[in-house]
Amino acid sequence: MFWALGFFCFLLGIYGWYDRFAYGHLHANYGSIVTWGLWIAAYIYFIGLSAGSFLVSSLVYVFNIKAFEKVGRLAIFTALVTLILALLSVWADLGHEFRAWHVMVYPNFKSPMAWMIYLYSFYFLLILLEFYFINRKDFIEGSDLKDWRGKVYRMLAMRSRDVSETAVKRDYKMVKILATIGVPVAIMFHGGVGALFGVVAARPHWHSGMFPILFLLSALVSGGALLTMISIIFQDGYNKNKETVILLGKLVLGLLILDVIFQVSEFLIAFRGGIPGHIAGLKLVISGKYWPVFWIWQVFLGTVMPIVILASKAKRNPIYVGIACLLIFVGIFGLRLNIVIPGLAVEEIKGLATAVTSARASFLYFPSLSEWMLTIGIGGLGMLMFGLGEILLPKEKHQ
Amino acid sequence: MDILIFYCMGNKNTEEISRRKLLEQLGIVGASGLATFLGSTLIPDTVFASSKPADKKNISGNNSFHYGMVIDTKRCVGCRSCVLACKAENKTPPSVYYTVVVDQVLENRPDDKPTYMTKPCFQCEHPSCVEACPVSATFKRKQDGIVVVDYDRCIGCRYCITACPYGARWFDFGENYPAIAEKTRYAEVPSPEYGKYIKREPEKSPIGNVRKCTFCLHLQDESGKYNKNTGHWPACAKTCTGHAIYFGDFNDEDSDVYRLIRERQYIRLKEELGTAPNVYYLL
Repeated sequence: MFWALGFFCFLLGIYGWYDRFAYGHLHANYGSIVTWGLWIAAYIYFIGLSAGSFLVSSLVYVFNIKAFEKVGRLAIFTALVTLILALLSVWADLGHEFRAWHVMVYPNFKSPMAWMIYLYSFYFLLILLEFYFINRKDFIEGSDLKDWRGKVYRMLAMRSRDVSETAVKRDYKMVKILATIGVPVAIMFHGGVGALFGVVAARPHWHSGMFPILFLLSALVSGGALLTMISIIFQDGYNKNKETVILLGKLVLGLLILDVIFQVSEFLIAFRGGIPGHIAGLKLVISGKYWPVFWIWQVFLGTVMPIVILASKAKRNPIYVGIACLLIFVGIFGLRLNIVIPGLAVEEIKGLATAVTSARASFLYFPSLSEWMLTIGIGGLGMLMFGLGEILLPKEKHQ
Repeated sequence: MDILIFYCMGNKNTEEISRRKLLEQLGIVGASGLATFLGSTLIPDTVFASSKPADKKNISGNNSFHYGMVIDTKRCVGCRSCVLACKAENKTPPSVYYTVVVDQVLENRPDDKPTYMTKPCFQCEHPSCVEACPVSATFKRKQDGIVVVDYDRCIGCRYCITACPYGARWFDFGENYPAIAEKTRYAEVPSPEYGKYIKREPEKSPIGNVRKCTFCLHLQDESGKYNKNTGHWPACAKTCTGHAIYFGDFNDEDSDVYRLIRERQYIRLKEELGTAPNVYYLL
């Protein structure tokens, strides 16, 4: 059923990608006013999942917190998959997608965006290496399998054949080094995505010192939630990871409450300050055309219900923890939408909304069909990759 | 201290976390973080060669112009001729408007005639769009201060559009007016922008790029000067029916713009952002 859903979403994505490559951005609904839309929201969503999962994995590999050990490998895999999904989302959004390499060759280090590209590239390599070293021994052992999986394992193991004690110890050391370097990198790049929005003085909705922090917190919440959810489903996790899931549930609850406090602070300060330019965006969020995205999607589904579940007796049942985390996982996407779009949908100069009549100069934005298709397709790709991981990833062994 | 060492040594065989180990690890994390941060901030821009596209030098060599506009809000009647003239001159597509006219309804007397403001790109002294661009595709030219876009380098990420406080930048989606879409003879006339004379072709720049007002720099002569008498003047300024748009070089003491900002009261938009726009609105 999982595979069917994954394939279905992936197929929808084929249409979306075809439309994107055949027609460029013609069928997208963003314009020159609301110039970033669903794809950028999806990008910051997936990259948050990646950073969050990675930071949770660092609890295992850097800080040696035994309680989360069982999901360490899964966390790295989750971080890798969601990173790929994020990069695909943002790549689709570029006007000239095949010129993306320009950032590597002509970087402008005053631009947070150039920073991000460099940091992602580094992070991508780092995760690939860490993934390799964590799983190397199991890839080699799996190479003996006779079926197609053996072939894949042989390829993934590369040329390595050494499963001696010293080699495994060296693997572990490499993982530790990579994970240790990875922590500041993850903080820098995801705080940096927040900074990418936060430094834009032209958009009061974004221009806040809290943005890097909020992004990091939301990343930890969403990444932790995704990881918790996957820990129950993945490779018979329900039976094997019960205690870890419950503990993760507590961690996610704590982070979520912290996230709520930060967001409430942002809203309160802005509204009490009362500067029209600053609160225009927040007003759009709370009572504008898309108020359901905030109140129903982000607040009720994504925040209130999970807190109720995770704070009640249900938190001792992994299934309920999983449901709460699924709600958070879905709700944070609403949060990302509420960051990107209201920031842009506010008049920069009073009267700009009516200065020209053009679909591309509209302040009202709702993603078009092809935008949705492409994003759903990326989600489907993620599901397929997790499905492959379910089959191929070495099962956690009890040490 | 001894107890701590003893404690650590005693625990050597288990992987339990001790305070000393935790501090060590935090130290490593912090140190690597600091190293990454320092290493990356201390690499100067100049290490990366050709981070900026080559500036064209003008023949006069040392002459550096400081072009800007002064717009008299008393004279603007909101006819939008400037918008049309700009569109005709630069042949911008339906989704791109280098200049717009904004009706500023006055808050204290909403039933009166609004103030009209034509709003081209302000070619700011400290442009936020230039800092935002990850590939330095947009930059402020040294010889005349005009902020331009290198169509071959721009990747279309649209970060500059979000960074501009004035809504002066527009993304070219590839739409065409019927005269071009239906391949009439008008479609054969290229856009003179940047002196490049580009005809619109699918997926080729400037489609997929960000575009903006260039003060009609393609009308400059080789020395970078404009000439009002021969019509080599920004299209909006020379078309304005109310003679509201003054254009000129702020370095030239004989120019209208030099004189006007010294004779009349003016405002610039969003001064508090520190962009220092080069378009002044006379009150």
